[in-house]
Amino acid sequence: MFGELSHLALQQYWWIIVSLLGALLVFLMFVQGGQTLIYTIGKNDMQRTMLVNTLGRKWEFTFTTLVTFGGAFFASFPLFYSTSFGGAYWVWMAILFAFVLQAIAYEFRSRPNNVFGARTYETFLLINGLFGTVLIGTAVATFFTGSAFSVNEMNQSQWELKSHGLEAALNLHNLSLGLAVFFLARVLGLLYFMNSIKEEEIFARSRKHLIFNAIPFLVFFLTFVIWLMLRDGFAVNPETQEVYMESFKYFNNLMAMPLVLILFLIGVVGVLLGLGASIIKADCTKGIWAAGAGTVLTVFSLLLVAGFNNTSFYPSTFDLQSSLTIQNSSSSHFTLTAMSYVSLMVPFVFAYIWYVWKAMNNKPINEDEMQSDDIHVY
Amino acid sequence: MLENIDLSLVNWSRAQFALTAMFHWLFVPLTLGLSFIIAFMETIYLKTGNPEWKRITKFWMKLFGINFAIGVATGIILEFEFGTNWSNYSWFVGDIFGAPLAIEGIMAFFMESTFIAVMFFGWGKVSKKFHLTATWLTAAGANLSALWILVANGWMQNPVGMKFNPETARNEMESFWDVFLSPTAVTKFLHTTTSGYVLAALFVVGISSWFLLKKRHVLFAKRSIVIAAIFGLVSSVMLVASGDGSARDVAKTQPMKFAAMESLYEGQTQAPLIAIGLFGKEHDDPMNRDSDQEFLVKIEIPNMLSYLAFLKVDAFVPGIKDLVLGNEQHNIMSYKEKIIRGYEAQQTLKAFKEAKGVDEEKYNELKARFDDEEWIENYFRYFGYGNYYDPNPEQLELNAFKIVPPISLSFYAFHIMVILGGHFMLLFMVVLWLIYRKKLESNKVVLYTALWTIPLAYIASQAGWIVAEVGRQPWVIQDLMPTMTAVSKIDTSSVMITFWLFTITFVALAIAEVKIMVKQIKNGPKEGGHN
Repeated sequence: MFGELSHLALQQYWWIIVSLLGALLVFLMFVQGGQTLIYTIGKNDMQRTMLVNTLGRKWEFTFTTLVTFGGAFFASFPLFYSTSFGGAYWVWMAILFAFVLQAIAYEFRSRPNNVFGARTYETFLLINGLFGTVLIGTAVATFFTGSAFSVNEMNQSQWELKSHGLEAALNLHNLSLGLAVFFLARVLGLLYFMNSIKEEEIFARSRKHLIFNAIPFLVFFLTFVIWLMLRDGFAVNPETQEVYMESFKYFNNLMAMPLVLILFLIGVVGVLLGLGASIIKADCTKGIWAAGAGTVLTVFSLLLVAGFNNTSFYPSTFDLQSSLTIQNSSSSHFTLTAMSYVSLMVPFVFAYIWYVWKAMNNKPINEDEMQSDDIHVY
Repeated sequence: MLENIDLSLVNWSRAQFALTAMFHWLFVPLTLGLSFIIAFMETIYLKTGNPEWKRITKFWMKLFGINFAIGVATGIILEFEFGTNWSNYSWFVGDIFGAPLAIEGIMAFFMESTFIAVMFFGWGKVSKKFHLTATWLTAAGANLSALWILVANGWMQNPVGMKFNPETARNEMESFWDVFLSPTAVTKFLHTTTSGYVLAALFVVGISSWFLLKKRHVLFAKRSIVIAAIFGLVSSVMLVASGDGSARDVAKTQPMKFAAMESLYEGQTQAPLIAIGLFGKEHDDPMNRDSDQEFLVKIEIPNMLSYLAFLKVDAFVPGIKDLVLGNEQHNIMSYKEKIIRGYEAQQTLKAFKEAKGVDEEKYNELKARFDDEEWIENYFRYFGYGNYYDPNPEQLELNAFKIVPPISLSFYAFHIMVILGGHFMLLFMVVLWLIYRKKLESNKVVLYTALWTIPLAYIASQAGWIVAEVGRQPWVIQDLMPTMTAVSKIDTSSVMITFWLFTITFVALAIAEVKIMVKQIKNGPKEGGHN
């Protein structure tokens, strides 16, 4: 079945899968956003315990999606993995540390004798929520703004700046996406609190803070998108595979791929709808679903803009011809075929995640449950 | 060629990977085994309906949770490090290595993380049957995760099912099933997972013994011991069998590692196995054709090594010097010859790249070589050896001796692992016998032994990975890619900084983990509530 597809078709199929995983990751970063709000929304120990526990039951999905996103990227576009990870060393290391701290923080936070005290572990959650979101947003923005690296004829790469990735965080366009992701994560975190916890104060406070976070999110998001539409992009000549600069490249991509444009617009509307309904309607608890689905569609379509329509998805500003495209950086036809069969399992994975999510979120978290002796409480 | 390599960068990168891998492996084996032990216990709870079994299940589940978190935290580091610190490696073999990693994410990690949430938070929310299913699926997910990464590791030890593509300058997969079902991968998976089961069983038996020594929760402890010791004994049998298979596989595919494990300098027929040995004089550094290693003490089992390796007592087991210098009688090609052939392969690739777009005829001629089975078998196969080339024959021979792994470390790690493996099996038998005779509670010697065997299980487990990973040096991909050419070109100082950051983080996490764990254990099953 997959074996008969052309190499290019498989590369596109895998770019779609990687983009989808990336999009899901951004949605699931509501966990990270929520982690930065524990003290803003939780005013006493019980409230904070509820917040930590509602996030704590989902953090592994985000974490696993990040790991799978990385694994799928490695497997399908290994030249990106070797070039970016080995080159932008410090950005990836910083992201890594932020996630290592998160993974133990939930389990250790409330255990007796945990050496460093609950506040330390809560700080770990804050660090993860702040740096995890901003840096991942920044790293993804380099898909559009480029990095300084070269790739030789043996496909070995070299980073051309001593700062090894730190420079990405100083680029304002990158940063606008980083901050947009950060505030989006916070918005989604608030919406998730409203959806999963039954406690009046938490609900009211979350609703109040929605607006404070929605505004900076919109400002940074619009800055990023408008800037993106106006800037020159890294185009690829499909005949010669030569990379060149094209004015309004990303705007042109949206125009050339109307389906992607529609997905993008539906996504943006979804986010606004989820936000608006939760702000306007006094008892809306379902905002997370519209905003979440909107986030997935928006990010998904942006990543398609980065890689499709003869575009370099990981451009080099140092040497244009070293830029990575889905064609020159991918795995072999055989490997992509083999993995495509594995990808048939993805709907099945979604199905059981959905089933379990429903079973577990059937009843919102409340105080009684936090005091129950029967379940595991963080 | 060796002079172009920044060895301090290579060594720090190796140190960082060793640190993170070993730290990760402190937590994974317990997860692998304890998940099954918990699943057995919960199954009994469901069959009997006895709430005591729920209590037992939940106590071990709590310890599982503490341990699991830190395993997850350290696992992601390894995935990132393949890219951050081994970027040339991740291109050169990414076409093969990446796939298992992605499959691991899609198949195993989601299964594990989805159902672990049910396991911990689902009591009372889902039916008992669904909860039990989730517990079993968590165990399956954890073990599937191990499967795929071990397939990848097995491939690095014995690369099969691929072909080098000179256009992309990398190895590309040709047969998924050859990679997946390679005997090296299969024995590695069986040996590694069963070692995790044994470690977890020892953990449960040891802690339960402590309760018996303290005369607390006696029934709870005895029930836990029965489950764990049976699981442990069965697993030990599988552990020994897969270890035996693994050793035979190493003798065939990595003869140098095998020789280093036994410190066998000169090859011989009817080779004896050194059961216990203590080195006297260290071998010369740099190693040369006169080097030898002397033992202060050694106890040998005659013919055993030949039998272990080839199932024949009069089989010839090549020694380190036979491999480096060659042995015509036994048809062993010298490393010196392999270096020359590997160099030829590397030069062919270089010439091919230079001819591209310049000399069409030469380009096609050179390209054809990479499709020629005979050339692949005689030249490309030794590609990685080419990095040790030197035009001066004397230097070439010295370089050839650099393709020998650290011998003392390989030897000691191997013997410690094997001796401890025997001890574990014996312990399970004794404990089960005493339980059967209803004499365990009064036998303090055995109870203390069980308690103090917990750290030994960790030592054996780490020693196993030292044999596997140090023993194959200097290769990251056996015969194809030396470790020194696999690293990312970054500043040594950057790697040093992250190394120390990891060290500080790990020490802090380990202290917290042990303190929390000990506290939970001391609280015991009843008081170990949720706070």
